[in-house]
Amino acid sequence: MEIVFTENQILDWLRSVTDPEVPILTILDLGIVRGVTLAGHEVTVVITPTYSGCPAMDVIAMNIRMALLSHGVRKVNIENQLSPAWTTDWMSDEGKQKLQEYGIAPPRRSSGLASPALFDDELVPCPRCGSEHTELTSQFGPTSCKSLHRCLSCLEPFEHFKCH
Amino acid sequence: MNQQLLFYTLQLADNALINGHRLSEWCGHGPVLEQDIAISNIALDHLGRARSLYQYAAELFNALPPEERSTVFNSPALQEKVQMGALLDEDDLAYLRDGWDFRNVLLVEQPNEDWAFTIARSFYFDVHNFYFFEALKSSTDKMLASIAEKSLKEIAYHLRWSSEWVIRLGDGTDESHQRMQNALNERWMFTGELNTPATFELNLQETGAPVDLGIVAPRWMQKVTEVITEATLKLPASTWMQQGGKNGVHSEHLGYVLAELQFMQRAYPDMEW
Ligand SMILES: [Zn+2]
Repeated sequence: MEIVFTENQILDWLRSVTDPEVPILTILDLGIVRGVTLAGHEVTVVITPTYSGCPAMDVIAMNIRMALLSHGVRKVNIENQLSPAWTTDWMSDEGKQKLQEYGIAPPRRSSGLASPALFDDELVPCPRCGSEHTELTSQFGPTSCKSLHRCLSCLEPFEHFKCH
Repeated sequence: MNQQLLFYTLQLADNALINGHRLSEWCGHGPVLEQDIAISNIALDHLGRARSLYQYAAELFNALPPEERSTVFNSPALQEKVQMGALLDEDDLAYLRDGWDFRNVLLVEQPNEDWAFTIARSFYFDVHNFYFFEALKSSTDKMLASIAEKSLKEIAYHLRWSSEWVIRLGDGTDESHQRMQNALNERWMFTGELNTPATFELNLQETGAPVDLGIVAPRWMQKVTEVITEATLKLPASTWMQQGGKNGVHSEHLGYVLAELQFMQRAYPDMEW
C-alpha cells in the first residue's frame, strides 16, 4: 500500500520533538526547522543549529528521526544548514509565551548585528514579578542559549533566553 | 589549489580546537562558579566551530585525487589510513595528526597560567577572530562564508567577555593591574602571527576565498589599543614576533595538549562512546 505523507502531517509530527535542554519548547517553537521536502517514502528535514557547539543538536536530530520513523516514514534525511544563521527572531510568539510561563525570560529585542559593544546590558524584566529592576549576573548560563540574571525587586535569580 | 584551501580550513579548525581545549582546562577550576560556566560555554563554541571546519576540511581532503592525498600529511597514524585508501572524517583530522601537521597559531597553544594570562590570550585572539570572521563572511567560498556567519555572533560574545575582564583587572586593584599588564606583555610576542599570512594564504588570495589580513590588522590594533587604554594599562612595547604555527612549527606546549586530547583515540583506535 502506498502511504502518502503531506508536509503538514510531517510538521505536525515534528511538534512532538522538543529541545532537550528546554523541554517546553518544540523544535518548531525554536524556529530551527527550515524546511521539509518529501519524495515518496523519503523525507528530508532541514534544520539549523542554534549554537555551533550546542550538544542538544545531535539529540534533536536523533529524535526527529525516531518521531518520523515511528509514523511509518521509511527514510529520514537530516540536513544541517548554517546559513542564514539561526536567530531568536525565528522563535514563535507561542514559544516566547511558554518560556515566560516556565520562568525563563524570553528574548525581546531583535537580534540585529553581532556587536562586541562593552557593558551593553539589555533590560530584561523578571519573569516572576515583572519588575524591570534586574541585573545581569553572567552573560553565559547553564546552556549556550541562556544568560543569568537577578531580580532586585523579588530577589529571585532567573535565566534569560539570550537574543542571538 | 584545493590543497591550499584544505590547509587554510585546517588552520582555522586547529585554532578553534586548540583554543577551545585550553579554555576547557578551566572547567571545574574557575575562580567563581559563573566564570567557570562562562569559560566552559566559550570553550564549547570554539569546539563547535572546530567541528564544522574539520567536517569541511575532510570533504576537501576526500575530493583530492588519490595520488595527491598521500602527500598531504606526515603523521604515521593518519598516513596508515590514507594509504589503505580510507576516506577521512572530522575525528581523524582532530585525533590522528601529530603536532607538525597542526597549523594553529602559537598564541592559542600557550598555557593558561593564571586568570590574567588566560584572559590576555583570549582577548588577543577574540579581537582577531571578530574582525577575521566578519571579513570571512564575504569569502567566495560558500562553506567558509556560512561558517563565518554562524560563528560571528558567538565570537562577539567572547570578545565582549574577554575585553570586560581586561578592563576589570586592569582598572581593579594594584595587584590585578600589575598581573594583567604582565600577562599582556608576555603574550604580545605571539600576536604578530595572527595577521601574517602563510604561503597557503597568499597562494589562495586571488580566489577571493581567504580574508585579506591587511584589512584585519589595523582593526585589531585599534580595538586592542582602545580596550587596553580603557583598562588604564599600557600597550606592550614592540618586540620580536614569534611565528611558525601556521606552518607546523610549534612551541613545546602543543605536544602536551595533543597528548591529552588524543590519548583515547591513540590508545583505543576508533573507540566511540
Ligand atoms: Zn522579580
